[in-house]
Parts: sequence; structure tokens; C-alpha cells
Amino acid sequence: MNDTLSKEILTDEQIDQDLLKNINWGNKFKLWLAFLAVSLIICLYYYYQQIEHGLGVTGLNDYVSWGIYISNFVFFVATSLIGMLISSVLGLMNVSWVKPLARIAELVAVAFAMVAGLIIITDMGRPDRLLNVFMHGRVQSPIVWDIAVVVTYVAISILLLYIPLLPDIAICRDKLKNVPKWQHKMYKILALGWKGKAKQFKLMHNYTRILLVLIIPIALSIHTVTSWLFAMTLRSGWDSPIFGPYFVSGAFVAGCAAVIITMYFFRKNYKLEKYITIDHFDRMGRLLVLVALVYVYFNINEIIVPAYKTNTADAKHVQEMLSGHESIMFWMVQLGGLIIPFLLILFRPMRSPLPLMLISIVILTGAWFKRVLIVVPTQLAPYYPIQNVPEKWTHYMPTIPEIAITAGSFILVLIIMSVLAKLFPVIPIWEIKEDIHHNKN
Amino acid sequence: MSKANKNDKSRRKFLQNLGLAGVSAVGGSALLLQGCSDPKDSASGKKVKVLTQDNQLVEVDVANLKPSDNIKDLDYLQDRGREGIPGKKFVMVVDLAKCKNARKCMTACQSAHQLKPEMHHINVLEMNDPVRKTSYYMPKTCQHCDNPPCVSVCPVDATFKRQDGIVLIDNERCIGCRFCVAACPYSARTFNWTEPKDAEKFAEVTYNMELNVPQKKGTVTKCAFSADRLREGKLPYCVSACPNGVYYFGDSNEDLVTNGTTKMTVRLSKLLQENAAYTLMPELGTKPSVYYLPPRQNKG
Repeated sequence: MNDTLSKEILTDEQIDQDLLKNINWGNKFKLWLAFLAVSLIICLYYYYQQIEHGLGVTGLNDYVSWGIYISNFVFFVATSLIGMLISSVLGLMNVSWVKPLARIAELVAVAFAMVAGLIIITDMGRPDRLLNVFMHGRVQSPIVWDIAVVVTYVAISILLLYIPLLPDIAICRDKLKNVPKWQHKMYKILALGWKGKAKQFKLMHNYTRILLVLIIPIALSIHTVTSWLFAMTLRSGWDSPIFGPYFVSGAFVAGCAAVIITMYFFRKNYKLEKYITIDHFDRMGRLLVLVALVYVYFNINEIIVPAYKTNTADAKHVQEMLSGHESIMFWMVQLGGLIIPFLLILFRPMRSPLPLMLISIVILTGAWFKRVLIVVPTQLAPYYPIQNVPEKWTHYMPTIPEIAITAGSFILVLIIMSVLAKLFPVIPIWEIKEDIHHNKN
Repeated sequence: MSKANKNDKSRRKFLQNLGLAGVSAVGGSALLLQGCSDPKDSASGKKVKVLTQDNQLVEVDVANLKPSDNIKDLDYLQDRGREGIPGKKFVMVVDLAKCKNARKCMTACQSAHQLKPEMHHINVLEMNDPVRKTSYYMPKTCQHCDNPPCVSVCPVDATFKRQDGIVLIDNERCIGCRFCVAACPYSARTFNWTEPKDAEKFAEVTYNMELNVPQKKGTVTKCAFSADRLREGKLPYCVSACPNGVYYFGDSNEDLVTNGTTKMTVRLSKLLQENAAYTLMPELGTKPSVYYLPPRQNKG
């Protein structure tokens, strides 16, 4: 039963027409893509600068040697985790209202996870030696674990996007006559000869189910391992045994917000109001409240436990956060980016599409700065004083190339999502039909 | 045999090493021992005593001493750098009571390792003593931990622990991820954010891991305990440069350390015990190879 779908009876033809509408290369889209491409080229120019002159073009230094690249990497990995929560956890629990959203969640997962892998390369001093990781990789380094799980996660996420897409690709192949030749050919190849036979559906369901189960431990490991990049060190502020679950819970907050924003724009641009309903936003809003509460709980643990014990270095770190140098950003992120938004979402009107989307943008922005707060302040408070170095090394401010390269990662995500949304239906057509037939019977 | 006597003998041995290293360096910057096992070839009949890598004193003919190109061979230097010096376990003792912030160690180190002024393999910090409400100077190098967190986290084995206790970096392999920088609780590591100092001057120099020169853009660097000098039987750059007798350096297997200023060799265990030596943040379990003697005013 799916009560979130619009109550009016939709015919198969109507559904096909509605959900294939987004597949066209209109001028508006071309303009948007050109804008993204030009922006990306500007960002790539800055990356070229970085390759040419070294990481010295960034605001990084010997003390804050990980800055917004690494924060951004953590943020991207975090956001990509939502694919697992929505399509896998909720899907396996037969929560039927998420069905129309599963593909959007997978799109977010694939785009963010793929770009996360690239961000880590922008942080490397010697990207030309990337292959060393494979040639000389050492098992005890969390970076090697991270690369292994990120690659696996991207692979499984792509499969999870692709396999349930097969029937829809076949629909595209059969119904879309006005597409360029290459596109038609692409559908033909990608559909893998899908004919909609019962046996094919059974196979697809089986494979999807295996992947849905597989992705849970992989998604948990990808973000746990990412947290271990910090937690495995002896630095106070990072040296915390709850970093794994703390990161995972934060990931769902960022991911939910990202999915809500994506839903909003797909719905609006592709006129999907009948499929992504107000009720979907309401439920996603409630899900966001739930995951935000869990995250608040972990935040309280992260602060109160060291604050109570006042171990010398930890006390300094906590004090910097609560009332010191980092306090403005800390309270902006905690109150403005987490607590106030989630309190607002508790009220039903705030869970209608536009307000929820706006609140999600605030939450997502807060989530990004939260990663900076996790990564940077610890490095500014080393055990031994920062001396005999330039004064600017006692703080960290990202430079324009650094910000541009980081912006580039977001542009790349937008490009990936926009292009995929122009090639494939963003709502699973066959599942909607199945649902409606099921309801009719 | 009395303790003092034994000390003296070992000290002589240490100095002998220095001398022999000197012999092998005659006639060029780099003479290495090659093929000394075949006495029939000897033409000159002139013998010299040399110390082999495993501390055996052998007599070889001068004719068998050939200048070696090995020192310019990257593969040879890389293998040697990873192998380390067998039988040794290098340690440093820093006597904080003697440090007057002369900073000769810092300049000697920076010029040896091609470092910019803001890059420190050794950094003399002004530390506050919260009990006495005074401050003291503390030279801080890489601690060459026996349980080094930097080595554990390195994804490519670019930083590693050698058999002689030295933690080195191979900047031919380093990918510049800076995980080691983040993992080091002593902030001992520094990074080539831009093109290194005098890069063009060093462009043709073969990379010597033990000196970590030439430095490379986008790689990490740090104190190497002057492994290149130790191979020649000399004391590290910083240790020799100190005018105030702050540094002792030596081999904990021999239980002997030599002061870089006075050249006095003393028993390591006794020095540590009598002066209440400590290591930095022992609670972290890193097991440093650098010991500190506390800052005291009236020390003899």
C-alpha cells in the first residue's frame, strides 16, 4: 500500500508520459549545463595552479595540514551515505513510501561518492604518485582501508542505481523515439535485452536484494573508516572512540537534507507533483528530525565527556569550541545548523516542500562547516606550541584557489546529477506502475 | 676492568670509527669498500684497517679500495637507506639545563637539509614551566619513536622504521597525503608546500634518503637523526653544531652517548638515571628514542 501517491488514478500511458518528460535536451538544460561547464573549467584552472605551484597556493601549513579539502571529503562521504539509509534500510523494511525516492537517493549517493574520491586526490601533494597506493599500499594504514571501501561503495551504489533501472531503460528504449541516435543506442545496450519477463524481474529483484544487504556494512564502513582517519591518531579532539557512530549519524543528517533539496528541484523542474507528493516531504522531514536527534545525542557525548574530565589537552580543545577561538563557528553550526532547524521541522507547516527545502539548505551548509570544525581546530591546538614559524601558521584561512577547487567538487556533483536526470527517469516508472496495479487489485 | 676504563675503550673505538671513515673518504668525497676478499689481486702490499658494516675490523689492501659510483646510484642509496646500519640503536639525549637558545642546531640542520627558514627538523621551543613560573628552551626533533604513529598511518610505506631505530622518509615514494603530519603528536614533520629552497641548484643531485636531499615539492620531510652522518661515523649536524653541550648522541646497544660539544662519551643508562631523564608524553605509548634531562639551574 502506498498512500503517499496521489489519489487520482493514473494510467500507464500517463505515467510513462509524466516520468519520461525529463528526458530531453531542451535549451534551458543546455544553458544550465554550459554554465556548469564554464564554472568547472574556472575551478580546474585553479587546480592547474595548485599542481604547478604546489599545495602552497592553499591556506594550509605544517600545523593545519588538512583543511577544507579533507573536511569537504568527509562531507561528501557523509552525504553519499543516504543512499544506504533510504533505498536499503527503509527498502528492506518494506517502507513503501520511499520507493519513488529511492532512485533520487541513489543518484545523490553515486554523485557524492564518486566526487569524494576525486577530492582526496586534490588534497595530495603528489597526485602523480597516486598509483603508489596500489603498488606499495600497506594494510595498516586507514587511508588504504578508506580507498578500498570508497571504491567498493561507488561500485555497489552504481549497481544499485543501474539494476533497478533496467526496466525503465527498456521503456526509454521502446518509447522514446525523438532522442538522438547515440542515446537510443545507449538505451539499447544498457537495457541488456530487457523484455519485462517474469524471470527477468525475479532476477532483478534477487540481485537488488543482495546489493541492498551488501551495501549496509559497506556504507557503515566507508564512513566509520573515514572517521578513523582522525580517531586513529593521538591528537586530542580526534582521539575519540565514538567517532565512527558520531560520523555515521551526522552523515544521515547531511544526506537527508541533500535528498530533500534534490527532491524539491526535480519535482519542480520536471513537474513530478503527482509522484513526489507533499506527503513525501512531510515524511522526509520527520526522518530528518529523527536522524538529527540521534546526531544531537552524539554531539552531546562528544562535548560533555571531555569537558567533565578536563584532561589538559581535551579541556583546551573543548574550551576553544565552547567559548574560545572557534566558538562563533561552533554555535552557528550547532544551533543554527542543527538544533534550530530541527526544532522548526517539528511543526507541520515547516515540512511542506518549500520551507523544508530551505531548512535543508541551512542544515546542509551547517553540516559542511561542522566537518571543518571536526578537522581544523584539533590541528590548531597541537601538544607542543607553534613557534618559529610565520604568524599566519597559527590560524587557518582557505585561499581563493582552495575555495574554487572545493566549489568545483560541488559543480561536478551538479553536473553528474543533472546529466543522469536527463538520461534516465528519476522516479522508478515500473515500480509506480506495479504499485498502482497492486492498489487496484 | 673498571667501568671508567671500559668507557674509555669504547670511546676509543667510537673515535676509531670516525678515523676509518676518514680514511675511506681520502681522495674524493666518496670512496667505498669494494671486493676486499681477494688478497691475490693486491699489488701495492700496503694494507689499511677498515671496519665492515657488521663491525668487523679487517685489513685490506689499498689497491682494493676503489672509488665507488654507488653514491650516485639511486637504487643503491634507496636500498641502503631502508636497510639502516646493522647492530645499532641510535638515541639522543637533550640536556635542557644547558640549552641557552643559541639555535646553532637549527641553522646547521636547515642548511644541511635544504630547508626554508620556516621549516624545522629541529625546533627550539620556549616552554613554560607551570610550577616554577619560569620558561625554558626545549629543542624538539623527531622523537624516532619505537612505536611511531606516523609509520602506522603511512599508506605507501614512504615513512618507515629502520633496524637502527631511525624513522626515515622516502620522498621518492611519498604521495603527500600528510596523514603522518596529522598523526604525529610531536608536530615533528614539515611539508614542502612549494618548490624547495634552491631547487634548481639541487636539480642534478642524486636523492639520498638518509639526508633527505634534494627535497621535493609536495612531500613530507623531518629529522633523520642525520643518518647520512651516522653512516660516516660522525655525530648529527645539530649535535655537532651546539656550542653549549646540550646534545648527547650515541648507540643504546653500546649504552654510550657522546656529547656533541665536549666530545665526552658517557654511559647512557647512568646519564639518564642520575639526571631523572624523561621522554615526551610517555603516556601516548610512542616510546621515543630522544631523552630529555630536566631544565635545572645549578647543574654541574
